[in-house]
Amino acid sequence: MIESFTLSTGFGAWNAIFWVIAFAIAIIIGWLIWSRGEKTYDTSAGSTAPFLSGNAEPEKAAVHIRAGNLYWGYTEALSGYYRFIKPFHTGNLSDYFLAYLLVTALVLIVVVILK
Amino acid sequence: MIDNLPFLVVAGTIMIGLYAILMKKDLIKMIMGISLVESGVNLFLIALGYRWDSIAPIFTGAPSLAMVMPTVQALTLTSIVIGVATLALLLSLVMVIYRYYHTTDVRKVTKLQG
Amino acid sequence: MDILLSNLPGLLIAIPLLGAFITPILSRAGDSIRTTWILIITTLTSLCGLLVASRVLESGPLVYAFGVDALSHVIPPDSGGIPIRIIFTIDPASAFMLIIASIVGFCITLYSISSMEKLSGKDGFYTLLLLLIAGVYGMIATGDLFNFFVFLEISSLAGAALVAYRIDKGVAAEAGLKYAALSTLGGMLFLVGIGLLYAQYNSLNMAVIADRMQLTSLDIIAFVLFFTALAMKCGAVPMHFWTPDSYAMAPSAITAFLVVSSQASLYALFRVCFTLYGGQINPLTVGWIIIILGVLSMFVGVTMAIPQKDVKRLMAYHAVSQTGYMLLGVGVGLAALSSTCLSQSVGMMALKGGLFHIMNHALYKGLLFLTAGVIMYRCGTRNLNQLGGLGHSMKWTMVFFMIGSLAIAGIPPFNGFASKLLIYESTFLFNPILAVIAMVVSILTLASFVKVFHSMFMGPVLPEYQDVKEAPMPMLIAMGILACLVVLFGLFPQQVVDMLVAPAASALVDYHGYISAVLGGA
Repeated sequence: MIESFTLSTGFGAWNAIFWVIAFAIAIIIGWLIWSRGEKTYDTSAGSTAPFLSGNAEPEKAAVHIRAGNLYWGYTEALSGYYRFIKPFHTGNLSDYFLAYLLVTALVLIVVVILK
Repeated sequence: MIDNLPFLVVAGTIMIGLYAILMKKDLIKMIMGISLVESGVNLFLIALGYRWDSIAPIFTGAPSLAMVMPTVQALTLTSIVIGVATLALLLSLVMVIYRYYHTTDVRKVTKLQG
Repeated sequence: MDILLSNLPGLLIAIPLLGAFITPILSRAGDSIRTTWILIITTLTSLCGLLVASRVLESGPLVYAFGVDALSHVIPPDSGGIPIRIIFTIDPASAFMLIIASIVGFCITLYSISSMEKLSGKDGFYTLLLLLIAGVYGMIATGDLFNFFVFLEISSLAGAALVAYRIDKGVAAEAGLKYAALSTLGGMLFLVGIGLLYAQYNSLNMAVIADRMQLTSLDIIAFVLFFTALAMKCGAVPMHFWTPDSYAMAPSAITAFLVVSSQASLYALFRVCFTLYGGQINPLTVGWIIIILGVLSMFVGVTMAIPQKDVKRLMAYHAVSQTGYMLLGVGVGLAALSSTCLSQSVGMMALKGGLFHIMNHALYKGLLFLTAGVIMYRCGTRNLNQLGGLGHSMKWTMVFFMIGSLAIAGIPPFNGFASKLLIYESTFLFNPILAVIAMVVSILTLASFVKVFHSMFMGPVLPEYQDVKEAPMPMLIAMGILACLVVLFGLFPQQVVDMLVAPAASALVDYHGYISAVLGGA
């Protein structure tokens, strides 16, 4: 019956219900392992607080990594590509019109010549 | 040649409008260019319906039954009204931009970029 | 009751237009009366859309002519077989888009009731919202080219005015101006194309023109004008520059519906390529043009999205990227259906993938924009560099955002995965490089949303957002409806494809069926 929920792409198959069942079994196994853990752990004496080699913990706003600093490696690696493509995105309305008319001209040439 | 004169005028008007849109640096002039393109397209629609030696398509008391095509005139009326509404909206947006940016130079109205 | 049911397609635009024009008068009577009126109108409109769609999906294309008393009078006996009235032709592809517009339209109106609470000028907002909804329904349902142009302009102008609604120190007005100016130029060039077709075939009806089409050079020029105007309206690179500007500055409910409006233009693009010029244009050339536009959109959209700092601008670049997926799917479908060495099923699978992706994208993109709107509503900022730690207090919003971002990245078991799987498998058989690019773009999409998720919801509670509360109930209900649909469509994709997408794909390819539905088997 679950087979009726299979998405057949003609060259492969994907059934989300099997995936959900497998995921649920994995979660149940994980929960069983977790529930066999140590239940008498005392967290009241600061034993789960972050330890920074004895330094004071900085304030919350300084600890959180902001969006501009994530993926620094990616943006550095692709900096050549970004230097090419960011200048196209000026905010200038004339450039928007120019791009539209250029694409119209290009598609006209392609469709007319390669009929 | 004289048959195609309206279409040549249409092409000329649209070209002048596109020139104004692309080459002018002032928002008001670009909107004037848009208005020129609109006028050119309306003229194109009307010129499509014209037939030689025909009269306006009104049946009541018509001297002859050879009339120009009425459908394009309906299309053009609709298009003119749409053009009026568009121009009103564009110009009021430019007024709001001028109130906050104190300029209508299209190279300076670029706070949204990247 | 019978009269209502037989005139349903007319009611599809009559109800929102009537509601739009009465709203400013009713607003005099107070806020709650206006809110009730808006909810009633939108519920009725969505019900109407869903009823029409279900009728079409069970009994075939529906042709509705304005102003006739019986269907046999659509084609007057002395006109030589031409339907001379303006008609609405709703075939399964239009029904598919109607379902999308109905669901998203209802959810955003429910959302905007509480998101617009603190803002003024609401009677203008709701009037324009109902006009936008009417315009999008008209674009989807119409069978007449000039009628399509009129509804295109209605939705563009209403959308541009709504984009500029908050003014926002003039920045929103700049975004609205860009949207309005580009849409106007596109609409004018579209009208030139309509004029060229009318001059040759003496009709504005899509089915009649498709029937009489012989591909002269003027027709090719008209095709190019239609193609680029509609591709610009849906945000294909390199004409996509207006999309991030206007999606970022619009109120969030409007952004979710502007996505649907762009997809209505995409649907019109497919109508022009498959039905209006069905069998006449060179499918390989046009298919490859659509594929190239799609690949450019996918790649440029997602790479420009990653370094953004504004949440909604980032999501708008992703909208451009996902539009690239739809263009890729349908382009591969168009090109593969005409190729001699690939079986028909490859092309149909790609077409189904592209169309299914349209519905999935409307759902999860609407959900994502609505969650971004909740953040803006509660925290007052969209800047990712200033947000943080909101997951502690906004748990439901966080769950909905997670569902939306996993869906857009194509992670099972959500609906994005199902449609992307169809696109990957069929484009791989057509040309493996396209499938590889599509998968890389999918990974970058996941990367970008992990970045947004971390910077908005993860981390410690920041002192300036100590007392933000969860979103109000109407917003949660609206987002919940969309999230439930995202999960359901992901769990049961085969049912959705069989009932909704496969009829739409076959109807799109079968232009003879469209012509005979209107011209009565002529």
